[in-house]
Amino acid sequence: MNAEIRHIKTSAETGLAQEFAAARAKLPGQGAVAALRDTAFARFDAKGLPHRRVEEWKYTDLRALMRDARPLAPAPDQAGKARAAKAGQLMSDVDVCRIVFADGVLVPELSDLVGLEPGLSIRSMAQALGSADPLVARHLGQVFPSDDAALALNTALMGDGALIEISDGATMSRPIHLVFATVSETPVAIFPRSLVVIGKGARATLIESHEGPDAVGHQCNAALELIVADGAEVEHIKLTTGASETLHISTLMASLGADVRFNSFAFTTGLAVVRNQVFLRFDGAGTKAGIRGASLLRGKQHADTTLVIDHAQGGCESRELFKSVLDDEARGVFQGKIIVRQHAQKTDGKMMANALLLSDDAEADSKPELEIFADDVVCGHGSTVGALNEDLRFYLMARGVPKHEAESLLIQAFVGEAVEFVADEIVRDALMEAAVRWLAERG
Amino acid sequence: MALLEIKNLHAEIDGKKILNGLDLTIERGKVHAIMGPNGSGKSTLAYVLAGKPDYTVTEGEILFDGESILDLAPDERAAKGMFLAFQYPLEIPGVATMNFLRTALNSQRKKRGEGELSTPEFLKRVRETAAKLNINPDMLKRAVNVGFSGGEKKRNEVLQMALLEPRIAVLDETDSGLDIDALKIVADGVNRLRSPDRGFVVITHYQRLLDYIVPDVVHVLSKGRIVKTGGKELAHELEANGYAEFQAEAAE
Ligand SMILES: Nc1ncnc2c1ncn2[C@@H]1O[C@H](COP(=O)(O)OP(=O)(O)OP(=O)(O)O)[C@@H](O)[C@H]1O
Ligand SMILES: [Mg+2]
Repeated sequence: MNAEIRHIKTSAETGLAQEFAAARAKLPGQGAVAALRDTAFARFDAKGLPHRRVEEWKYTDLRALMRDARPLAPAPDQAGKARAAKAGQLMSDVDVCRIVFADGVLVPELSDLVGLEPGLSIRSMAQALGSADPLVARHLGQVFPSDDAALALNTALMGDGALIEISDGATMSRPIHLVFATVSETPVAIFPRSLVVIGKGARATLIESHEGPDAVGHQCNAALELIVADGAEVEHIKLTTGASETLHISTLMASLGADVRFNSFAFTTGLAVVRNQVFLRFDGAGTKAGIRGASLLRGKQHADTTLVIDHAQGGCESRELFKSVLDDEARGVFQGKIIVRQHAQKTDGKMMANALLLSDDAEADSKPELEIFADDVVCGHGSTVGALNEDLRFYLMARGVPKHEAESLLIQAFVGEAVEFVADEIVRDALMEAAVRWLAERG
Repeated sequence: MALLEIKNLHAEIDGKKILNGLDLTIERGKVHAIMGPNGSGKSTLAYVLAGKPDYTVTEGEILFDGESILDLAPDERAAKGMFLAFQYPLEIPGVATMNFLRTALNSQRKKRGEGELSTPEFLKRVRETAAKLNINPDMLKRAVNVGFSGGEKKRNEVLQMALLEPRIAVLDETDSGLDIDALKIVADGVNRLRSPDRGFVVITHYQRLLDYIVPDVVHVLSKGRIVKTGGKELAHELEANGYAEFQAEAAE
């Protein structure tokens, strides 16, 4: 490689280095955890914030979007906790096991931590980091090794989060809902980190919701590592909502065993800048995974979905489907890469991104990629960008449906094509209702 | 006052003139048939009446109950009682037929200041109407027209018409693509709706439909104008002689 010219550090990068230096001794975990942090920070420091010449971040230039580093959030006060208690309303119709984090810190008094159903264990990640927990030692940072700079930053500064273990064969009767509420009234940075280990043949639904208050420019960089053992069935829902000026980065790293059924759905209507990255690897045969999502954006919102789907083992099926509805000057980005390793024969992968532009000033960028090294595979990808179909709108209007309502029906249908894959009917209905509310707020 | 009065209508699409001074008056209680060669502007007339935004009316007037509807959006025209059965009904994936029908009906009722129909009352009406049109109720569980055969789509148009009870219904080649049994069913559906205050414009290429829906007046449309008007016997003449005579006339 040619020598990399070191760039002059931006104010945000300098700020992050200062935050790390100041917090380093106080962050949870010593020994191996502290070493993990140091290595991660060194990696971040060498690369700096990802910018548009970094291919994976081409459309989401963090160096430009993140002008300054926010201070690490202090422990939430009572008022903050009270605000967190009201978060996660989107799932209010769903009977869940609710675990609440205020500014990234677990709030036990707001969380269903006692009387958990058999086979389920939920702990604070901060405590686990501080107590040389064996799960942390075995898995943390190892589920999907990556040199992504944003992820490195999370690893360096990770605070609290959830450490969840579901034992072999356990079936969870209720979804586990991790509510991440950013509650501080002044801008702060939070770095939640979670690890979820799901045993063989277990069944669970995991919902994470991330939301922030209006008009406060928080920075949230969250990461979740997920290990799904053979034969397990897991549904993962990520909700990003709230009319805030928050910059939100999230990394989901998943390793799927054999004969797993895994579905992930990301629903985004909120926050100013959202980057959802999913790094997923098939580690056993016979597994089917669906990675899907829908974003409804307006104003100057920017949401980026970046996937790396690694078929490391053959005989697996992956389905990726992302829908974005973009109004005003919103921007939707989809980057999806499917890798099929040389020995991963009989891989079946299909990826599709559809964007619906509701305004001339909205923008959609799509970059699907296939890297196929095996010869006996069925893989395909596609993407579409378009406006609402005027003929369909006319058909509806000719039957008496007013314009706004006709458009809403068509947009719901568009979003519904992805939402319909969410297995839980109540969750599915809640998502469609949220989409309908978004449409009702449309000018 | 006539139900619908079209005066000297000129309309174009993408800069191409299609309607060239069309005059047509529809009286209450009457069925008007419009026949004419391919490309003469029959669907254009139907679309312009329904308010399709692609068309520009450059001259002339459309009066519904004596009031101009040119400035009304398609949904406002529908609420006033305008209905168009499309020559090519569209499929709307992801929009459930029942939800579509209910939204359409209740939107119209709301705009007219009538109360919304209760769900049981709505369901009853849909079921009864579907049964009369020989439409399998299972089809109504699908998305609008998705997976419907050509003939099923046409019957679905007539179902919508029967539910919405328009005051003027324009049927654009609703007979094309129908088998003989379906043709009778559709014609029955139309005949049931015939009433002293409702008018119909039936666009067709085939005299056969007019054996079942017997028109009061038959018009020939050629090159964007009505070039001949007569009784139902005119349809038989056209069937025998074709349009050569009128095309030559309109061209001069
Ligand atoms: N977007 C367009 N741009 C230009 N010309 C158009 C456009 N759409 C339709 N036309 C033309 O308008 C003319 C009238 O079309 P129209 O569909 O009204 O005919 P029609 O009488 O209904 O024919 P048919 O019997 O085949 O259904 C045709 O010559 C057609 O090619
Ligand atoms: Mg036509």
